[in-house]
Amino acid sequence: ASGTLGALALARPPRERLADPAFRALLVALAAGVLVLLAWFLARLASESQPALSHEGVLGYAFGADWDPAHSRFGAWPLLLGTLASSAVALVIGVPVAVASALFAVELCPRRLRAALTILVDLLAAVPSVVYGLWGFLYLVPHLQGFQQFLADKLAFLPFVGGSVAGPSIFLAGVVLAIMILPIAAAIAREAIARVPADHREAALALGATRWEAIRIAVLPHARAGITGGAMLGLGRALGETIAVTLVIGNAAGVPHQLFDQGYSLAAVLANEFGEAANVPLHSSALFAAGLLLFVLTLVVNAAARAIVARSVPR
Amino acid sequence: MSALAAVSPRRRRKDRAMRAVLGAGALVALAPLFLILGYLVHKGLGAWSWHFFASDPTGSFLGDPGGIRSALLGTVEIVAMAALLAIPAGIAVALYLSELGAGGRFAATLRYLLDVMTGVPSIVVGLFVYVTLVVGGGYAAWKGAVALAILMLPIVARSAEVVLGLVPQDLREAALALGAPRWRVVLRVVLPAAASGLVTGSLLAIARGAGETAPLLFTAGLVNGTTLDPTRAMSSLPLQIFSDVQQAQDRLQARAWGAALALVALILALNLIARLASRRSLPA
Repeated sequence: ASGTLGALALARPPRERLADPAFRALLVALAAGVLVLLAWFLARLASESQPALSHEGVLGYAFGADWDPAHSRFGAWPLLLGTLASSAVALVIGVPVAVASALFAVELCPRRLRAALTILVDLLAAVPSVVYGLWGFLYLVPHLQGFQQFLADKLAFLPFVGGSVAGPSIFLAGVVLAIMILPIAAAIAREAIARVPADHREAALALGATRWEAIRIAVLPHARAGITGGAMLGLGRALGETIAVTLVIGNAAGVPHQLFDQGYSLAAVLANEFGEAANVPLHSSALFAAGLLLFVLTLVVNAAARAIVARSVPR
Repeated sequence: MSALAAVSPRRRRKDRAMRAVLGAGALVALAPLFLILGYLVHKGLGAWSWHFFASDPTGSFLGDPGGIRSALLGTVEIVAMAALLAIPAGIAVALYLSELGAGGRFAATLRYLLDVMTGVPSIVVGLFVYVTLVVGGGYAAWKGAVALAILMLPIVARSAEVVLGLVPQDLREAALALGAPRWRVVLRVVLPAAASGLVTGSLLAIARGAGETAPLLFTAGLVNGTTLDPTRAMSSLPLQIFSDVQQAQDRLQARAWGAALALVALILALNLIARLASRRSLPA
């Protein structure tokens, strides 16, 4: 048989015989390019942030409380705190809504409504971040001022809550981020819930469980890993979101005392200061360090999220 | 039937309450979309006029602020360049994953890296392009396009891989059995069979790229005048909006709403076309 195959291969004109290895090499090279790109990416960011990191020390940079470019003080703690706090608010608000809407879409609502619900929630992902920012800045900030003050007063018993509300705030950034992570968290939760074997659900119902009890006993435990993974992908997105956060977080570089204070974030400081910092080596280096910190943070969160999703959704 | 009645009133009440909570959650999830789009249309349509689309920003703080022609044309040109870079490269990577590498370890690593790339914050991509291309050379439209292309590539590649995986193996084997070399099988059989799905994925990636602001901040820049020269700084809708919002001037903020409505309309149109294209594709 090998003789026949050999004859076939020989029957091709020489140009075509060369073309197949060349085609293969081209695709391999392009694929390897992706790998090289990411490695180069990390290396460039690291080398650019070197001056600032050696000026402040790595820990001094990450946990220093002063971000004061005018006096060459670069402590990124207020930025890091703003990034983490606003993303945490986004998770607390966004994930329950995402899971509820996913459960409703898959378990409770009629099939026709389900398609419409899915498309509409997915559409949120198509709205560009600058439009979220525009809406947050010109609509939410003035309209939610009273509501924020109300929350701050009523929830004052919680740590890091209470006091006068500024308008733009870390909390408000969290609200906008919650809307922005909703589509991805809902989409993955929906997929995880839809993959729960019908047997489990039916077994619970056959044993006399109500719909809600079936969801709690059979569906949620099975879908938990997928829901968690989706939430973490949302977290990754929230941490890196730039323009919308820049417009609603207040851009105040002091260490925030409470959730309703104005704050700053790693991404927002890049958007605001990078243009003017280009000629000040130490300042721009400190901003590259902020970019590096953000990159590493999202990398870790996304890698963990992918691992969880991959484990929960066996192919 | 009597067995059903055995559900105690307390459990039944809880069931009803929880169903209501889940339904309310779904409503809450839908509310922002309608709030945002409603307000956007309300504010944005008022700003639209012939003058709005046909003139450049004047740059003057008082008086006539001008329109969004330069930003609109800039977005179209930058995104088109980004698509030219990202779509062929993305489809090539997907071809490697589906036709050559398939089960291999390198393919698995690559798939993972593409997923990681999807998660890189867009502003960080902007920084990267800044240090590699902009330093010493200044802002240029093509550099912004490179930044967008880096963001679009993993989206194209991952969606293309899924579509290529749907092409029946029989088709490939039939072509190979007829003596066609790999590359011809791919070009003549696999790609045409997957075409409409590839179009869908590419359009969605373009839609994503068109809305990105952060990667253009320090790569393409923001200028007032219209230019079509890709080696010069070029305006774009997202950056124009971002800049206008921050001005405490009603007329500039009105332009931001109008520009945002134009941008969202553009992106929704791309999404709609993508959905229509996928409807005609292989039975998924």
